[in-house]
Parts: sequence; structure tokens; C-alpha cells
Amino acid sequence: MRGFNTIKVALRALRRNTMRSILTALGIIIGVAAVIAMVSIGNGAKADVEAKVASLGENVITVFPGSFSSAGMRSGWGSASTLTVDDADAIKREVANVIGVTAEMRDRAQVLANGLNWNTQIMGESPDYPSIRSWPISDGTMFTDQDVRSVGKVAVIGKTVADQLFPDGNVIGQTIRIRNIPFKIVGMLAAKGFNLFGQDQDDTVVIPYTSHMKRIARRPNINSILVQAASAETIDKVQQDITDLLTQRRKGREPDFTVRNQVEFAEMATATSKTMTMLLGAIASVSLVVGGIGIMNIMLVSVTERTREIGIRLAVGAHGQDVLLQFLIEAVILSSLGGVIGILLGVGGSELVSMKTGWPILVSSSSVIVAVAFSAAVGMFFGYYPARKAAQLDPIEALRYE
Amino acid sequence: MAPVVKIEEIHKIYESGEIPVHAVRGVSLDIHRGEFVALMGASGSGKSTLMNLLGCLDRPTRGRYLLDGIDVSKLDRNELADIRNQKIGFVFQGFNLLARTTALENTELPMMYGQRRHSAREMRQRALHSLEIVGLSERADHFPNQLSGGQQQRVAIARALANEPEILLADEPTGNLDSKTSVEVMGVFQKLNDQGITIIMVTHELDIAHYCRRNLILRDGRLVRDELVANRLLADVEMKKLKEAEAAAKLTTG
Repeated sequence: MRGFNTIKVALRALRRNTMRSILTALGIIIGVAAVIAMVSIGNGAKADVEAKVASLGENVITVFPGSFSSAGMRSGWGSASTLTVDDADAIKREVANVIGVTAEMRDRAQVLANGLNWNTQIMGESPDYPSIRSWPISDGTMFTDQDVRSVGKVAVIGKTVADQLFPDGNVIGQTIRIRNIPFKIVGMLAAKGFNLFGQDQDDTVVIPYTSHMKRIARRPNINSILVQAASAETIDKVQQDITDLLTQRRKGREPDFTVRNQVEFAEMATATSKTMTMLLGAIASVSLVVGGIGIMNIMLVSVTERTREIGIRLAVGAHGQDVLLQFLIEAVILSSLGGVIGILLGVGGSELVSMKTGWPILVSSSSVIVAVAFSAAVGMFFGYYPARKAAQLDPIEALRYE
Repeated sequence: MAPVVKIEEIHKIYESGEIPVHAVRGVSLDIHRGEFVALMGASGSGKSTLMNLLGCLDRPTRGRYLLDGIDVSKLDRNELADIRNQKIGFVFQGFNLLARTTALENTELPMMYGQRRHSAREMRQRALHSLEIVGLSERADHFPNQLSGGQQQRVAIARALANEPEILLADEPTGNLDSKTSVEVMGVFQKLNDQGITIIMVTHELDIAHYCRRNLILRDGRLVRDELVANRLLADVEMKKLKEAEAAAKLTTG
């Protein structure tokens, strides 16, 4: 009914006590700023981890061999040597919605070239490998299926290996020796940086898996199979199909393999930062509640101090409702204003932290909206009791109050 | 013409303490439009209680109160607030202006709570008009602490006039003022009364009561005297006398 005037009255009252209004809002300002900053830092960390997980490739499913046990001693996952090239071929042949498969071999070896040497990871892969890992060839080409069939002595090398062995550049066409076998470099992988576990992914040499099995590792089993599903929607189905296929191929023996998809990796990897974000957010929320209590405290003092004012308003015809609304609006304005300033401070603060420490920061719009809504709600909740107290004053008593 | 204030056998008993206090014991009274009434009595005589009843700040325990023909003795809190807003203008002893609020905004206050919505411009104009009546339109943007006591009380009168009430209720309006300022404020009241505004004033100063037209004396919650003022003092004349006396004092000291 008289809402507009009441807002005007509330604004006038706040303006009359500018200093106190600012101090009251300070609790909320700090609370909101803390929540925003904490959540932004947490989200930034999460986004960083997610980006690293994404660098594993898109829609990738990994098949590991099972555990190996001997005389009652059980080794961990991947210790058994039960995964074969035939398994990889079967997946490629029989599972639908698969756009790339590679049988993966891993071994460390000393690499010689150009009078220099370097110890690095030697990977045996199929030509699908760069597309599975979303890892483009920056120079030259990937080796071909023909190279795989012919157990070719060709290699694609990572940026770090290139830098170490060929400081002058000019890599393509050069020869490197791995365990004294010469491999011709046909391509170079684009720089990819560190993975989730802090390993330099560019410190690698990729050769055909057949060459790796026959010439380097000299063993019949493979370390893992990487499969790329056609889309995020089909990844679960593909994972199930692979599990079924491999189980069937084992003809009733205990399953000696495990199938993981990338989403599971991502979940594992982000679990920690998620927990941290929630923890920090919860601590910061406590300061918001404390800020709300600060508002209630000041509003109670304000009601007592302004008893005469309330008496005058009631005497000239204000209803209890009007007074209630006035004090409630004052509280909500204070806390919302605190919320807005808190957002600016929180965003600015997290930018500053990001600049000083290099931490990744991600300010999410949802955290901003929640912070504003929450601070207004805090004002409403903690403002109600003092406001009701003001509204129930008796005009005669209030006017007589000294 | 029907009286603007008509109270019949009004009683007020406070039950809050251990012994009930019978503050007003059966007062009947008619006040007509255009009257200027002083309500007097010693402290404890019930004059403040009667004033609160007349001002619709409180409800009588028994009896009937017709204000401008409306029986207000049975109204609830909000209805009483609306009656106060529309029909009564209050002037208090302690001025009771809102601090750090301009004279204009103080004057606008009753219009904020009116049933009828006023535009901001209309409120400003009406407030300015009220300030003009009390001769303070020049000081509209001053804060109370920038005004003298007399000026503050005149702002309070302007505020009381803002909603064009039926009656002006003044509770010891000169209680906090020196004698010269008191005469000045009484002059404002007399001028308003000459324009036809009904004024009821509580005072314990006999000389102040002599500026009114009718004096009521209350004792122990009963009306003991109700008489017209014979030799009414006129603020203009008194002010002139005061100034002459001041000038004479200056001459003798100088």
C-alpha cells in the first residue's frame, strides 16, 4: 500500500547514519567476499584438473590387464600379462561406436642420436594414437598401418625428446637409436605439457606397437588398450560392450582385466578439489551468518536508540506494519548492499590472488547469484526480530522514552 | 453545529500495577470547531492521560469519544493510527523532530502514512505551504540542530498542519522554551486559531493558558473548572511589551 514511501523512509534512515550503515554491512561484505573468493579458487583448481583430464583425450576408455597372483601373493592392477593384441583387434572389429583403438606398449629406454643420449618413455601405439589422445602432429606425419604391419623402424617423437637430442631443430628424417636399433623420425608431436600426475607428456618416443613388441620389449602381451568412443553418449555402452567382449573371449575364466572410462578418472581427480571447495565455502558461510548476527545486533540497538522516532511515526499515523517494513527494508538494503560490495571485493580479491600466486581462478555466476540471494535472506531473517520489536512499541511509551 | 470533540463520561483505569490507577474518572466535554482550549492541572491530575485519550493514542476504559462524529473509543490499533493521521495534528513539548532530517522532510512525515497517496512533488508543495504558515519556508532545508528552539517548535507545528487535521493537540508546547520564544509560539497558535483551526493545549503555566480562549482545570481525574478566558492575552501585544522592556533595559545599562 505505502511500500514506495516506506522504501524512501528506509533509505533516508540509512543515509542519516552512513557510518553505522557501512560498518553494519561490513560483516556481510566480508562474508560474501570470502565465499566468492573461496569458491572461485576452488572452482579454478577444479577446472584446472578437468582440463588436465581432458588432455588424456576425448571419450577415451582404457583397458588394463588384471592383477597377477603367484603363490598367494597378489600384485596390483596391471601386473598380469594377459592383455593381447588380439584383444585390441577384437575390440576394433566387434564393438560398435568405436572410432579408434590402440594397443599400448610402454618401456623406458636410452635413446641415442646426434652424439647425444636421453632416457625416455618408449610407447608402442597404433596410428590412431594422436587422434585418441587429441594430440596433433606438429611436424611430419604419423606412421601408418603399413608401418605397423611391417614392424617398421619409424618413430614419432615428443617435444622434450626433440629438444634434448636435436638442439638445432631439424628433426624429421633424422635417425635415433633405441637399444641400438635405428628408427627413422617421421613426425613430431605438438607440445602437450604435464599430465595430472605431474609427468612431462612430451618426454616420449612413439613407435608402432608391433615394432615395440618385437624389437624393444620382446614380450607378447601389451600394457593397455586405449579405445575412443564415438561420443560422450555412447561411452557407457562401449565400455559395457568391451567388458562383455573380453569376458566372452576369456571363456569363463576369472576376468583378468579392468575397463575404466575417462569420466571415472575425472571424478577421481576432481574429488579432492571438490571437497576443498565445499570445506572452504562452508567456513566462509559461517562468516556470512556472523555478519547476519551483526546486522541483527545493530538493528536491535538501532530500534532502542530510535524509540522516539518510532513513537513519532506511530503518533502521526504509521501502522505497526509500516514500521516493521521500514526496519526490515533497512536490514535487507544493508545486507544486499553488503552482498554487492562483497561480490566486487571477492572477485577483485580472487583476481589479485590469481595474479600473485598464479593459481587458476574461476568466478561462477551461480556463486554470485547464491551469495546475493543468501545475503538478502540473511538481512530478512536477522532483521525480522528487531523490526517486529519496533512495530510492537506503544506510541505513548515510545514518545516518553528518553 | 455538532462539536468536533465530544466525550461522554470517559474513564481510564490502568491495571498494570498492583493497585489499579483510576487516572480519568468520568469526564464529559464538548469542544466546538474554532475553539482554543487550555487543559490545566497539577501533575497526577490526569491531564496527560486525557490528552492521550483525546489524541487517540490510547483507548478509554469506559465512556464514549466522538471525534468529528466518529466513535473512536472502540477502534483498533491501525484504525486509531489512521484517525491520528487524518484528524489530529500533534505538537510535543520536546518538539520530537527527526534528527538529521530537514525541516521539509520532517513536515512531510504525516503525508508518508496517509491513506491517500501523494506524489513526491505534491508532498513537497504541501509541506512548503505548512512551513510558510508558520513563517519558516526560508528554512525548509535546515536540519533541526541548525534551528532555534522556537523554530524547531514551529517546524513541529508545520508538521502537525501537514494533513490539514480537524484538531491540533499541543502537549506543553512551550515547556522547553524561554518566555520570549513562548510568546512567539503562542502567537503562531493564535494566528492559526484566528484562521479557524481548533486547538487543544495542555499546559501548567497559567500565563500561557491566558493566550487561549477557554480554560479547563482537571483535578484527580475530574474536570473541576471550565471557563472562558476573560482578559485574553494577545501575543502581538505581549511581544511588543517584551521588546519595549528589553529596549528600556538596554537604555538603563547603556
